[in-house]
Amino acid sequence: MTQNFNLEQKIALRVGHRIQWEEAQQAHVLLFPEGMIKLNESAAEILKRCDGSKTGAQIIEELSADYPDVDLTQDVLLFLADAQEKSWIDVVRAT
Amino acid sequence: MSSEPPKLLWLLAELTYSCPLQCPYCSNPLDYSQYPAELSTDEWIRVLREARALGATQLGFSGGEPLVRRDLEELVAESRALGYYSNLITSAYGLTKERLKGLKELGLDHVQVSFQASTRTLNDELAAATVFEHKKQVATWIKELGFPMVLCFVLHRRNLHQIADMLQMAVALQADYVELATTQYYGWAFQNRAQLLPSRRQLQQAEAAVTKFREEYSGPMKVYYVVPDYYESRPKACMGGWAKLSLNVTPDGVALPCHAARQLPDLSFPKVTDHSIKEIWNQSEAFNRYRGFDWMQSPCVDCPEREKDFGGCRCQAYLMTGDAQQADPVCEKSPHHEQVLKIIEQTEPMDLQEIPLTFRNSQQSKGFCKESKQSGR
Ligand code: SF4
Ligand code: SF4
Repeated sequence: MTQNFNLEQKIALRVGHRIQWEEAQQAHVLLFPEGMIKLNESAAEILKRCDGSKTGAQIIEELSADYPDVDLTQDVLLFLADAQEKSWIDVVRAT
Repeated sequence: MSSEPPKLLWLLAELTYSCPLQCPYCSNPLDYSQYPAELSTDEWIRVLREARALGATQLGFSGGEPLVRRDLEELVAESRALGYYSNLITSAYGLTKERLKGLKELGLDHVQVSFQASTRTLNDELAAATVFEHKKQVATWIKELGFPMVLCFVLHRRNLHQIADMLQMAVALQADYVELATTQYYGWAFQNRAQLLPSRRQLQQAEAAVTKFREEYSGPMKVYYVVPDYYESRPKACMGGWAKLSLNVTPDGVALPCHAARQLPDLSFPKVTDHSIKEIWNQSEAFNRYRGFDWMQSPCVDCPEREKDFGGCRCQAYLMTGDAQQADPVCEKSPHHEQVLKIIEQTEPMDLQEIPLTFRNSQQSKGFCKESKQSGR
């Protein structure tokens, strides 16, 4: 299923989804209609970059620059595929 | 009870009991007309601040019809500034595109529109108002303005046969989520239960329709569908546990752990005008009463499933057994489960269409105020 995720498309949080730091939980959370998911640090780092201006490949590139010692490609790919499956992110259609 | 109070996540602000619709399944109290007072803008703002400081992130504006409050804009702006995710839960009555646009600009995050049915005739009959076409119009504005949209259909005996059409209508209106919300039998719905509770056969047909839709549909819309708990053998974990996640404030400022709790006897719910949200959530007797497991009696007290459903719903236990500390009678292990089975049985043969529904309006409500006074409640 991860093979299905197209790294060349720009991605954004799905409409109505917002990410923010929650003091009370000491964590980032993803907020959406009538719900919320507490994010771990790596999930937050990836989702923060889904701002509609970058492709999956560019996000991996950025993260790899920040964390040069580990190969993140597979993990990020898995996460993005999962996030798409859960409808947290959407592909940005060219306008 | 555990010593550490749970974390508040949800604040439901019932801004007003006033509503131009008259849904016979409304969850507002039967005697709502007895509580005409409403919190002021400043009082609401204080409630928003204090709940946010305790950690609440999700905020629902509901009612009644929240659009009736002219200060909704001010409250939306404040909630965005505080970092809430704000949900407007509305019938869409009287909503204009300009007002909606203004709310978007002030930071409202999401709009949920409720429909009574998928056809104009039935919708407007159940709402006792001419609203269907306008609701559809509002739904298109919601999408145009870039809101995520939840469409909510409250399901019962009178509209369950439309479930496939409701789903198609939600697709056509480009809903992001559709909630096929089973009527919960409190308030007005409890009063009208005989006419609203669907039969087993109806439910099976409805479930088949939802399954078929799920198999055929491949778009982005999410479907939430839960069968009525009367037909289950275990109760729902009502509100995720008593006073565990969510806090309700009524139009006149009473703090409740859920919107139906106001009817429970022997509990005095604190008012937000007398206490801070923190005191109410952490220390009040009412909020602590059914937290944890110490209050339980048999069969819940030594049941291995108690951590899963917390003994079900206190209000349902009270409404059906007269004792809020009983197991929710939906549970097969409850000594009162028989009652639920009997109610279900009665849904089969009768031609219930002939019993008139009691519509939710002030005149009816005043009748219930008198009754409750006479019975000393
Ligand atoms: S359920 Fe119907 S009558 Fe009750 S508040 Fe909602 S729209 Fe109004
Ligand atoms: S006995 Fe009580 S705790 Fe056990 S399943 Fe039934 S309602 Fe839940």
